Amino acid sequence: MTKEYKTIREIAGPLIFVEKTDPVGYNELVNITLPDGSTKRGQVLDTSEDIVVVQVFEGAGGLNRDSKVKFTGETIKLPVSKNLLGRILSGSGEPLDGGPRIVPEDRLDITGAAINPYARLPPKEFIQTGISTIDGMNTLVRGQKLPIFSGSGLPHNEIALQIARQAKVRGSDEQFAVVFAAMGITNEEAQYFMRDFERTGALERAVVFLNLANDPAVERLITPRLALTAAEYLAYEHDMHVLVILTDITNYCEALRQMGAAREEVPGRRGYPGYMYTDLASLYERAGVIKGRKGSVTQFSILSMPGDDITHPIPDLSGYITEGQIVISRELHRKGIYPPINVLPSLSRLMNSGIGATRTREDHKAVSDQLYAAYAEGKDLRGLVAIVGKDALSDRDKKFLEFADMFEDRFVRQGVDENRDIETTLDLGWELLASLPEAQLTRIDNKYIQKYHPAHKGKK
Amino acid sequence: MKTNGKIYRISGPVVIISGLNTSMFDVVKVGNEGLMGEVIGIEGDKSTVQVYEETSGIRPGEPVENTGMPLSVELGPGLLESIYDGIQRPLPVLKTKMGDFIKRGVFADGLSREKQWDFVPTAKKGDKVKGGDIIGTVQETQNIEHRIMVPPDMSGTIEEIKKGKFKVDEVVCTLSGGKKLTMMQKWPVRKPRPVGKKLTPNKPLITGQRILDGLFPVAKGGTAAIPGPFGSGKTVTQQQLAKWSDTEIVVYIGCGERGNEMADVLNEFPELEDPKTGRPLMERTVLIANTSNMPVAAREASVYTGITIAEYYRDMGYDVSLMADSTSRWAEAMREISSRLEEMPGEEGYPAYLAARLSEFYERSGRVQSLCGKEGSITVIGAVSPPGGDFSEPITQNTLRIVKVFWALDAKLAQRRHFPAINWLNSYSLYTKALGDWYKENVSPEWQKLRDDAMELLQKESELQEIVQLVGSDALPEDQQLTLEIARMIREYFLQQNAYHEVDTFCPMDKQFKLLKSITKWGNMAQSALEGGVQIEDIMKSKTKDDLAKVKFEKDFDTALGVILKSMDEEFKSLGGK
Ligand SMILES: Nc1ncnc2c1ncn2[C@@H]1O[C@H](COP(=O)(O)OP(=O)(O)OP(=O)(O)O)[C@@H](O)[C@H]1O
Ligand SMILES: [Mg+2]
Repeated sequence: MTKEYKTIREIAGPLIFVEKTDPVGYNELVNITLPDGSTKRGQVLDTSEDIVVVQVFEGAGGLNRDSKVKFTGETIKLPVSKNLLGRILSGSGEPLDGGPRIVPEDRLDITGAAINPYARLPPKEFIQTGISTIDGMNTLVRGQKLPIFSGSGLPHNEIALQIARQAKVRGSDEQFAVVFAAMGITNEEAQYFMRDFERTGALERAVVFLNLANDPAVERLITPRLALTAAEYLAYEHDMHVLVILTDITNYCEALRQMGAAREEVPGRRGYPGYMYTDLASLYERAGVIKGRKGSVTQFSILSMPGDDITHPIPDLSGYITEGQIVISRELHRKGIYPPINVLPSLSRLMNSGIGATRTREDHKAVSDQLYAAYAEGKDLRGLVAIVGKDALSDRDKKFLEFADMFEDRFVRQGVDENRDIETTLDLGWELLASLPEAQLTRIDNKYIQKYHPAHKGKK
Repeated sequence: MKTNGKIYRISGPVVIISGLNTSMFDVVKVGNEGLMGEVIGIEGDKSTVQVYEETSGIRPGEPVENTGMPLSVELGPGLLESIYDGIQRPLPVLKTKMGDFIKRGVFADGLSREKQWDFVPTAKKGDKVKGGDIIGTVQETQNIEHRIMVPPDMSGTIEEIKKGKFKVDEVVCTLSGGKKLTMMQKWPVRKPRPVGKKLTPNKPLITGQRILDGLFPVAKGGTAAIPGPFGSGKTVTQQQLAKWSDTEIVVYIGCGERGNEMADVLNEFPELEDPKTGRPLMERTVLIANTSNMPVAAREASVYTGITIAEYYRDMGYDVSLMADSTSRWAEAMREISSRLEEMPGEEGYPAYLAARLSEFYERSGRVQSLCGKEGSITVIGAVSPPGGDFSEPITQNTLRIVKVFWALDAKLAQRRHFPAINWLNSYSLYTKALGDWYKENVSPEWQKLRDDAMELLQKESELQEIVQLVGSDALPEDQQLTLEIARMIREYFLQQNAYHEVDTFCPMDKQFKLLKSITKWGNMAQSALEGGVQIEDIMKSKTKDDLAKVKFEKDFDTALGVILKSMDEEFKSLGGK
């Protein structure tokens, strides 16, 4: 019923220009058959009565004017069913694990419609990750999008996996289902994730999409959308709490840039397309909680900052969309501290609604603020010491200097399998704060000092 | 109406149509589903349309119809407490019609056609009325009286005026020549509503935020920009303004930002009380939410939808404040559309008309005498999101050329959890002089000096800090150490204000004054003590100094402060000195 055309006029990079077609829909899925019988898929980027522009996901290699183009009449869809759990699929959704094709309960458009803001429930359920720097100072909540800003050679994968293993909502046995989408990472990295999923049995509750470094870059543009479509389906149709890990967002953005260049668009900052903010938002905003639905989608994506530069357009635009960021520090990593999370530039914007007496503990906010302030001050003093020497410091300042070291060594540092509950984290915070003169704890209400400070705790 | 209009080409939100007679800014219905779009360019028999809904699957050849009307909003009772998308479709209605996700092809009236309002006429038969005149009122929410006005372009003699319950589209008044008035009027969003005359702003917008009211006030009817890198506090500040500003009406535009932030506002505002009236904040608020993942063309329109609604309430004689978070996303929407149109790009790919659009928008602010003679105002506060936090980029720079108040957010302060992270050295307000009299009369004759002294001290501090960076603070002479300490108190005790603290989130002017005065008093006493020979170490141990740190959190501030001030006198007496 749908016609096949052999009217490719031009091939430019991953784009083909097809003429003399019947009307073709914008964003439509396209099947292309090469002269050797192999097939590729693509998507309509621009359509008019005269010419249709198609981006080819598997790249244009092998394409020529004898290739046949078939417009499917529908946008790209993901076949979904609960049986997605436990499956490993390619970056374009084909089974890679030798298992059967998914027998769909439904076929969902992968672009995903925007959640009506009026239908959203503000996220507020505390997720305990067992990592002090996150739970204590950059609390993650269900339905949040909180990426890791990292750099090459830093242990972001370990951290993501530790979170995937340990994350839970306290007082509930509900498990997270994990949707994992690899975009342009190496086979070795992918194997690292897969082994850990297998070791911990997480694979049964995971859906994996793999687009590896040697897979076509254009495919990367659909991989995260497939993953998020699967996540939404599990969350909203099957009441699951889904943790989505997309890695690496930077590779996704590179693919986006490549496509922009192929289309000869006017580039924006540092060559990335002007619409990158909007495009990234169409991924990140697919996290959330919806009123009246049980499940949720939480995003914990990985992004490596080119040149460790947080002002680079990729982390910059991401930071403008996500609800905070966890920043990995090369400096802490060099000091041998795991997880090398630098709390100062890190932020969880939804922290305030996820903590406090009813959710974590009443003193949480105050302890967190005080730890920040004290650590920031201690770190500043390090700079000063480098110039004037330690002896020039007042006693008070020396205390802060020591505090910063202790903070890194005891609060930040923890084991790869060390799962600290929130009480342990907060008590540890108090223990460190107790090394400072009590009058310096200006961010903490006296009543909490009386109740939780080691010097007063338990005394009447 | 039958036409031969059809789609010629589709590229994202930009659709080119042919065979249809159009004028610029006409609203057209595109494709089989009748998606709403607006004509933004005409060339030969082809028109370029920006479409406000998702265009996936739409094909060339599908029909297009012209409504012949420019993009307009519906103005009338029922705007307050609403939440709209960028083209004034109520989000609750969209939810009812299409579920939790925003799909397309659904039309929804801006104002409910079902709800009845109690119309009380204030004009009578035989009255001569002209555009902007008030002919009656409706109690829209408990504290807001909605004044029904003659549309700006109409006038005549009242032949009949009714009283009682009506729907917004029912006739309540007939003018000579059979012109019929309802409680609703439509107005094209891109056209400013006319005013009687513009007046100079002369009163501050009181926001309850110390660094704003205290150091860098914006006037009612003025303009302010709040630029800052991600996570520095634009949204929190804008929301604080929406919550606590002393205007009668608030229009809050979430333009290309997060869905959860809007959900937050929706959740919180009905619960929070307006400090002036004690009524839920939502009752004075109109929300516009076109989040980052909603169609960009509607994002572009959202800012106009918002300001037109603001103008409408201003015309009734109200003080309105409008927050746009973020104007950068609005500009980016322009850039996105412009690049699809293959227009000549200007700086950083933004269209050449960027500066003009920005100034036209801010120009719609102001304190005015409306057509009916009442005084009203619109204060516009725009957030700016500069790439990489670099203020030299085009949106920040163009905005700063227009606005009179600059609240410079600073990533370093935010990282240090100094909130609001507004840099006191870089920020400015060009209204400080003009508002001087107001502060003198309504706060205290001492205010100006307290403020100036505090600013001077902070300036001094930054100079001293440079030295400290080289030699450490202990190497400074004692009087300078004390200066640093007093400056720190101003920063931490006065400027820092936690938006999430139940008491400190809002600080009335009187409390601001007393707090700053008390800190200054401590500083003066400490200085005299030092000059009188008291050891700096002893002064630094002052207990009242520590008490001042926390007094802002006290529910009963006045009593707590009274106690501190008393012990302050005693404390310094006991320290001795000459
Ligand atoms: N006045 C304040 N009091 C307490 N916390 C604040 C205040 N202002 C900002 N913050 C903190 O800073 C965080 C970031 O603020 P906000 O969301 O307003 O940033 P933003 O500038 O709008 O960022 P973006 O451009 O990414 O939207 C908040 O989540 C909050 O934790
Ligand atoms: Mg914001």
